[in-house]
Amino acid sequence: MVETPRPRWTFRRPSVIPGFGISFGYTLTCLGLIVLLPLAGLVVKASGLGLSGIWNVATDPRVASALRISFGVSAVAALVASTFGFLVAWVLTRYRFPGRKLVDAAVDLPFALPTAVAGIALASLYAPDGLLGAPLARLGIQAAYTPVGIFIAMVFIGLPFAVRTVQPLIAEIDKEIEEASATLGATRIITLTKVVLPPLIPAVLTGFALAFARGVGEYGSIIFIAGNLPYVSEIAPLLIVIKLSEFDYGGAAAIATIMLGISFLTLLAINLIQAWSRRRFGYV
Amino acid sequence: MKNVVGRGHAVRAIGLSLLAGAGLWAGVVQASAETALLNVSYDPTRELYREINAVFAEDWKAKTGEAITVRASHGGSGAQARTVIDGVDADVVTLGIPSDIDAIAKLTHKIPDDWRSKLPNTATPYTSTVVFLVRKGNPKGVKDWADLVKPDVKVITPNPKTSAGGRWNFLAAWGYAYNQDKDAAKADAFVGQVYKNVPVLDTGARGSTVTFAQRGLGDVLPTWENEAYLVLQEFGADKFDIVSPPTSIYAEPPVALVAANAERKGTTKAAQAYLDFLYTDRAQAIFAKHHYRPIKREAAAPADLAQLPEIKLFKIEDLQGSWDEIQKRNFDAGGLFDRLSRAGR
Amino acid sequence: MSEIFSPISVPMAKPAQAASEGAITRGVLIGIAVTFLALFLVLPLFAVFTQALSKGIAAFLDAFREPDAWSAIRLTLTVAAIAVPFNVVLGLAASWAIAKFEFPGKALLITLIDLPFSVSPVVSGLIYVLLFGSQGLFGTWLIDHGIQILFALPGIVLATVFVTFPFVARELIPLMQEQGTAEEEAALTLGASGLHVFRTVTLPNIRWGLLYSVLLCNARAMGEFGAVSVVSGHIRGLTNTIPLHVEILYNEYNFVAAFAVASLLAVLALITLVLKSVLEWRFAGELAHGRAH
Repeated sequence: MVETPRPRWTFRRPSVIPGFGISFGYTLTCLGLIVLLPLAGLVVKASGLGLSGIWNVATDPRVASALRISFGVSAVAALVASTFGFLVAWVLTRYRFPGRKLVDAAVDLPFALPTAVAGIALASLYAPDGLLGAPLARLGIQAAYTPVGIFIAMVFIGLPFAVRTVQPLIAEIDKEIEEASATLGATRIITLTKVVLPPLIPAVLTGFALAFARGVGEYGSIIFIAGNLPYVSEIAPLLIVIKLSEFDYGGAAAIATIMLGISFLTLLAINLIQAWSRRRFGYV
Repeated sequence: MKNVVGRGHAVRAIGLSLLAGAGLWAGVVQASAETALLNVSYDPTRELYREINAVFAEDWKAKTGEAITVRASHGGSGAQARTVIDGVDADVVTLGIPSDIDAIAKLTHKIPDDWRSKLPNTATPYTSTVVFLVRKGNPKGVKDWADLVKPDVKVITPNPKTSAGGRWNFLAAWGYAYNQDKDAAKADAFVGQVYKNVPVLDTGARGSTVTFAQRGLGDVLPTWENEAYLVLQEFGADKFDIVSPPTSIYAEPPVALVAANAERKGTTKAAQAYLDFLYTDRAQAIFAKHHYRPIKREAAAPADLAQLPEIKLFKIEDLQGSWDEIQKRNFDAGGLFDRLSRAGR
Repeated sequence: MSEIFSPISVPMAKPAQAASEGAITRGVLIGIAVTFLALFLVLPLFAVFTQALSKGIAAFLDAFREPDAWSAIRLTLTVAAIAVPFNVVLGLAASWAIAKFEFPGKALLITLIDLPFSVSPVVSGLIYVLLFGSQGLFGTWLIDHGIQILFALPGIVLATVFVTFPFVARELIPLMQEQGTAEEEAALTLGASGLHVFRTVTLPNIRWGLLYSVLLCNARAMGEFGAVSVVSGHIRGLTNTIPLHVEILYNEYNFVAAFAVASLLAVLALITLVLKSVLEWRFAGELAHGRAH
């Protein structure tokens, strides 16, 4: 670096471009008023219960089981979404087939389709007399109104995250490395598992974490299909709504705070994965 | 440099779309000049109040010459009470169970504590009871409350924490068991048995009906009498049967003026008139038509009354005491329902 | 490469094949992927339309004769007409500050802007209930001053703004960062005013990215259910948005009408997807891309 005399420390580095004050100030004001202040209000409300109070809410059997269902089913759904998401991303980037662009566009459907619409549509499909529910019922699987229904809704909403995080990286893989590996006598399986996959792992993990976080918080598409039975198919966001209708504001705030805390940890995990990936592979 | 013309277009396009948005917004905002009442009600009364509200508006127009709109919102009774507590501008509440109006009175003081004495028949313009809806031909042979605990019978009922119908079902089962041998502990256990047979707890009576009727879950739906008839009407009488048990509960869905809201909005007169209207012959006949039990039977059409069978009805207050005690004993945090659902798993 | 016909190219053929999957594997993989997507994503969309039309076109149209349906449509348009422009302004301000200047804590600021993405919709609604409900922090003050936020338009708009908060900023920040500051600096040196530079240099550079983000922001704003359902109060004809109206109809056994109104949102989703894909295919270089929303 060239030694330039720094007369005094300024918050931002000097620049000829105007408008920092107003744009930065406006952003901070909006962020503060609309996002941070209300979230702080939530934490204040929950902290009114004290740490032991929050712990009591969290360990209440019904709350604990709702949290377990939300996080457990979401983890399984995110796993399935990542697996199939990887396959879909691979097929879409590596292969050419008729209708590929259409399929590619369809991946984003869950982003665009409102969750309530997805919810009633999934419920009608997977109901015992529904298009998919009937054949499943013949196999002895009841999908709607059980945790299976929650799982289906979560896969639906999580899939685009899984596809879209790995897709650009698959596109960037240097084909020559694969060819080199093949030339050196590696079979296709070995090339895939030893050469192609490792650099993709961080992206797959990020996709998993995003799908997981979205699934944990999801409400609209799930409540129509879940059955909402306490201890079996009741999700944490629904329990917040129920606590609200029971006038239990503290309880609702406590569950929300717990969910928020776990979401933060997920976000942190994503950032750590990306930092690790940057060190290990030189990109995110 | 890039295409300058294109840039100008883009800027103009964005500016235009913002303008269009603003215009749309301005066009959508509309002032409402006429009086509007808001009736916050519980789940199964959607069809009932749609008719009542229209007739009342007609009646009001004829009497005062003023136009009036009555809007209604529906949901689980407990959930609805919550929205009023949180500030929904309701002029009147017509909820499923007295304890929900008590909660509003206690937490907001927008309703006077003695609201039950403000209107005739302890502020209950109609009553109802709990009957069983079963699948056509009653394949599981459900005849009475005792049949709900049979191991192969699946019962669909809403969550008593959020739904008034759910609470009446709960209390009806308890009252039935208690009346067998006057043993509260045995009655508690019986209710526990019933809820072991419940695969789905929806948040409102309507949700449970959808689960039972449309999603085809469960063998019996204990529900509001009016809701059972509505299902026959909507889904066809060839799919379901109504079974009236020999005894059931005397269910009182009460109404109240949300005095503080109405006063602030200057709608007290109209809101009071609306509540009084519920006691007129015209409204009473409409209640009967929608399969509620009118308190003035003489006002109702005989054909409608004939559909409401004789059932021996008990009052839960006679068995458990005041509504405060009923709510606390059964439904508040740590109450019977919480203990049962904890023990049930 | 191809014109070189040397003996080496013959053994090359084999590894080149081993650098990809065989035709059968390919076919199977494509089959699995397409079937999976068809079953999980496309079929639900298809179900919306078949259910909506299951009792014929007349029953479908009946759903739109209800005044309540129209007031729901009006409310949804109103909410989007406020929330989306708000997010555009915010996104422009945030990306301008973050992309064009260097200051400490930038990463934290980006994370905070992203925060609403990871908050459950129900929680997004709950926080406003806790603030503005009559039992809430500002509840008493609001009641004393006769201001209604919850269960009225302001509350619905707030909840919608919260859930869509990151949409525009998230797209524009990387885009502006990529484009750097050289063009703006040059124009400024030539004596153009700040606002003029923004309008003639920056905005055209980000126009497609902006449009892209507005599209997604709008889809979410019109379709939000969880957050809005907590703050709405579900008053027919007054505080019901389209998704809430769908739920109400569904709960009234009026399945055809529920799916008919839902099909409106499904069409909106389709239009969004088509426009979005068009933008992606034609202006891929001018979008910030690659990030999950």
